[in-house]
Formats: sequence, structure tokens, C-alpha cells
Amino acid sequence: MDRLPRWADVALVPLVSLLMAAILSAIVILAIGQDPWEAITVMVQGSLMSAYGWGYTLYYATSFIFTGLAVTVAFHAGLFNIGGEGQAQLGGLGVAFACLFIPWPHWTLALMGAACGAALFGAAWAAIPAYLQAKRGSHIVITTIMFNYIAASFLIFMLVDVLRPQGKMDPTTATFPEATRLPSFNEIPGINLIFDKGVPANVTFFIALIMAVVVWALLWRTRLGYQIRAFGKSEPAARYAGINPTRIIMIAMLISGGLAGMMAINNVMGEAERLLGNSASGAGFIGIAVALMGRNHPIGVVLAALLFGFLFQGGAELGLWTKIPIELRTVVQGLVILFTGALDMMVRMLLTRIFALFRSNRMEAA
Amino acid sequence: MEYATLLQILDSTLRLATPLLLACIAGLYSERSGVFDIGLEGKMLVAAMCSGAVAFYSGSAWVGALAGIGGSLVFAGIHGVTAITFRGNQLIAGVALNFLASGLTVLVAQYLFGQGGRTPPLEGAARFNPITLPFADMVKDIPIIGSFYHEVISGHSALVYAAFGIVALTWWVLYRTRYGLRLRAVGENPAAVDTAGVSVKGLRFSAVMITGVLCGLAGAYMATALQAGFGKEMTAGRGYIALAALIFAKWRPVAAMWACLLFGFFQALALRPDVVEAVVQVKVPVPFLDALPYVLTVFVLAGFVGKAIPPRAGGEPYVKER
Repeated sequence: MDRLPRWADVALVPLVSLLMAAILSAIVILAIGQDPWEAITVMVQGSLMSAYGWGYTLYYATSFIFTGLAVTVAFHAGLFNIGGEGQAQLGGLGVAFACLFIPWPHWTLALMGAACGAALFGAAWAAIPAYLQAKRGSHIVITTIMFNYIAASFLIFMLVDVLRPQGKMDPTTATFPEATRLPSFNEIPGINLIFDKGVPANVTFFIALIMAVVVWALLWRTRLGYQIRAFGKSEPAARYAGINPTRIIMIAMLISGGLAGMMAINNVMGEAERLLGNSASGAGFIGIAVALMGRNHPIGVVLAALLFGFLFQGGAELGLWTKIPIELRTVVQGLVILFTGALDMMVRMLLTRIFALFRSNRMEAA
Repeated sequence: MEYATLLQILDSTLRLATPLLLACIAGLYSERSGVFDIGLEGKMLVAAMCSGAVAFYSGSAWVGALAGIGGSLVFAGIHGVTAITFRGNQLIAGVALNFLASGLTVLVAQYLFGQGGRTPPLEGAARFNPITLPFADMVKDIPIIGSFYHEVISGHSALVYAAFGIVALTWWVLYRTRYGLRLRAVGENPAAVDTAGVSVKGLRFSAVMITGVLCGLAGAYMATALQAGFGKEMTAGRGYIALAALIFAKWRPVAAMWACLLFGFFQALALRPDVVEAVVQVKVPVPFLDALPYVLTVFVLAGFVGKAIPPRAGGEPYVKER
């Protein structure tokens, strides 16, 4: 079989996959008696055509960058971490502990403390499945799924029985103190010239971008990153080269869990300012789609996170202004995962055939 | 605890174990053939929506169940084409199908009925109604055994009995037929099956389709027997509990039945925290009971309760040698 040119493999395969997902989504919209063109107009209007819309799009994208990076790091070690959702929820607990029980003098310090708390809790939640995979050979996919459910139950318990303030009915923590409030885009000097209305996007966005650079540097510019990628490509080869499998599985999953947990500084600390039930609201799972779409590269992850931010905010607008239910975004999410993650072989075969056709045509012309 | 309370809990154990059992046996076929399926949840959900909607239109639970099987088969077909034909990642395909199901069911139900993604409540013949087994009324006054028969064994819908019948059938198919031998072989060593002149793809496709049929029944049971109609996300993670039960049972049908009964028992207990409190004398938080099946599965996976070894060729697409 002919091989695809590198540019086609990097850019064309995900774009064609995305196109296929988009066409199928349009068919779904048609099938439920709605107008796909109107849908895309509403989505673009509501998420990209105003600073207010961008404020939401970037807010969602921030969460997805964290969870997408989390899945990416694990993927490079050959591990499929479906546990981002649970790790992000535990990260929320870490943020809540840091914000509620430590008297921070200023938000910058609170941000650092909360980020550490979130990463620590997320990493701790990933540590058990990682240990079981490394030492007892339990499949990480199954254990991380189980840990998602255990995390959900654990969080309900913590919110209802432990952290709920006396006399309150809602299963949430108390609102965090004023000193831990993170500036939103409309409160940051310079950026507030663009964002005049209150938006949920906050300084965490820049932390997410920094983390993308850090992950890139880690994976492609350090010895540890090389070991992680080598292990992911071929475990026997890595073992032969003296790389310790247990160490790599543990470290990769701890980083992955930590990244997923850090998402909580965006939604729990930056937006809700208290810990709610189901705080991650699916962002952990979207991380899978983001990592697959972004071809497991931090630049791709950031771009894919923006795309999914658009999809999330646009989908919410659809729910508001049209008869198309908000669940359309779950359908698109599923289609993107299907085409970019599971059917990439089909897309690649298709493209290879088209390229071969072009080549033979050119040869005949010559 | 009184005997009557115990009977009540065992009764709901059977009702709650049934969808787990159907989905668990469904997963058994696929995974024994070497195709991992974490999309059980999605197939159940699609089946629940299809059967809820069609049962409403047709007024017949049986027609609804057929529609549920049809919907589930479509998803099983996509899983098969992705995992077997195009040799895609089976786990990722399962995740994708779960999201597709979660979104599509609400979209379609909202389009058809406009009730916020639910189907209208079902009644009468549109539901699988309880069947009173022979002699149940006659023996109900006999202490212990008679009341057990009357309260626990009798009075369930047809699908509950079907589920337990399917366990026996699956045992027979798996260990006493040629198809079963080939199915087990293709999950362990597909190359050997291929050498013997049996189509690996064909076997795996057939297994994935059986998975579709059984998930269809599980979903139909959810929407037309356990509850009266489809509701958004109504399977609530049961597909994953079934997967957990399958691992707990080490991919064996009879053990799967016991595992599902155990997990069904936990679900029944979670509905009665007052009983749990009275028995153990300590307040047990409900979330703890909810999490028990998952925690137990992690213990099994960790190898503390005997080692759970999956079919050896599971998760890997088969490439014929040329």
C-alpha cells in the first residue's frame, strides 16, 4: 500500500474525519426536521461573533485543553485513560479544600495553591489504576471506568455528608472566600477592552496554554518524555533499553491525572466559586475526543479544544434559540471520536486510494 | 430484619439484576470472540428508546422489544464494521457509540414526542406485565418456601425468566456446541481458527450481533418492564456494571448470573438504606452502596479474589497472514 505524504497524514486525515462527522451531524439535523444551515449559523453567531460568545467558548476550551492534554500524555505511554472525568471531579475536591481551609492573602497565591491541590487529588485518583496496571496487570481502561463511578459516589458523599454547610439543602460546598476569586477576562486590564460583559473565561486559560507548552517540552525535549514515548511505541523494546515499565506507567498516569485534576481551577475556582455535584460535567470524556482530534500533539489539542469549545457554546445556543436539543453536541462528540479514533484506518485507506489515483493520472499525462 | 422485608429485597434484586444479566451475557459473546465491548451501555440505551417509542405507537411490548433489538443491532453493526472490518480501536469505538447513543436517543425522542427527551408513559399491553407462575397463589401460605416462591420467584415479567433461560442456553452453546468451541477459540487464538478453515471475521461478526440482540432485550426490559417508558440516560451506567460483572465472573455464563444477582442485590439495598442501617447498626451512606459493585470489581481486577484473565486475543484486530 502506498503511504500518505506527511502533510496529509498530519492535517488532511483529521480534517476529512471532521468533515465526515459534520456531514453525518447535518444528516441527523435534517432527520429531526431542522435546518442544518440555520443550526451552524446560530452556533457561529452565538459562540464566535461576539466577545461575549468568545468568553464562553474560551472558558469551555480551557477545560478541554487540560483534559485533552491528560489523555494525550497517557496515550503516548500506550495507556488509554478514560478516567479523566473522575480525576477532574477529585481535582475539584482538591480545589475546594485549598480554597475553603487555607486563608489565602491574594488570588495569585490561591491560584498556585489550588492548582497544586487539584493536580495532587487528580493524580492520586489516577495512581491506583496506574499501580494496578503496572503491578497486577489489571486493564487500565476498565479500572479507570470503575474509578469514574467511584469518584461520582464519593463526591456525592463528600458534598452531602461532609462539606455541605450547616442548614443548607443543596449538596454544594460553601462559596469560596473573596480572596480566592480569579479575575475573569472582563476584569483583566487590557483584555477587558474587548470583553466588556461578565464572562466565565478567566486567567486559567493562560495556565492551560502554559501547560500545553510544558507537555510539549516534557514529551519531546526531556529524557522522561522520550522514555514515555518509547514505552508507548513498544514495551518490549523499551524494557530491553532498560526503561522501567512500572516507573513509566506510574509517572505517565500521575501526570495525566494531575492535568485532568487541574481542569478544576477553571470550572470550580474560576467559574462556580464553590464545588457543585457533577462539576466536571463531561469535560473529562471530551478530553478523549480532543486528544484524538488533536492527533496527540499539544498544538492539535489546543486547536481541537477550541473547536469543542465552539461546539459546546454553540450547542448551548442551539438549545436556547432553536428546536434542536442541546444533546446534539453529544452526538457530534460521539461522531468525532468514532471517525478520528476508531475509523481513522478507513479514512486513511480512502485518502491513500485518492492519492494513488492522482499519481497514476500524472504519470499517464507525462 | 423480618423475613417479609428480606423477600421484598430479594424480589427487587431479581428485577434489578435482569438488565445487568442480559447485558452481561451480551458482553460475554463479544468479548469471548475477542472483541472488547465497552459500548454495552450505548446499545442498551438505544434499545430502550426504540422499544419505548415503538411500544407506545404499537401498543405491544413485544413489537417494542423487536424494535429495541433492531436499534441495538444497528449499533452492534457499526461496532462490528469499525472493530472487525476496519480494524479500528475497539475501546475507542465503544466510547464513541456510548456518546452517540446518549445524544441520539434524546434527539429522536424529543423529535417524536416533544416531552423533553422522554417517551410517553406506557400502560397495559405496551409493557411487559408481571406473570403469576402456576401454583403461586396456592402455596403462598406455606411458610418460608411457599412465600419465597410467591413473593420472589413468581410475579416477574417474561423477560426476567427469559434472561435466566438465556444463561442456561449460553452455557450450553459455549461448552457443548461446535459454535461455542470455535467462539472460545477465536477469542484465544484466532490464527488457529483461521488455519482450521473457519472465518475469523464471520465468527466475530456473529458474536457481535448476538451481543446486539441481547443488549436489545436488556434495553427493552429497562423501558417496557422495569419502568414505563424511556427517559434520558435511563440506563444510568448499567452497561458498565454489566461489564464489571462480566470481569467479576471471569467471562463465564453461570458465574455471570451470580455476579449480576450480587450487583442487583446491592442496587436493591441502595433503595432501602433504612434496612441496611437496621442490620449493620451503623448509618451507611447510600453513595457507598452505589459504589460497591465498582469497588468489588476493582478488587477482582487487582487479583485479590482469584485472577481475572480476559480472552487472550481480546482487543486486537486479526490480520490474516499473506
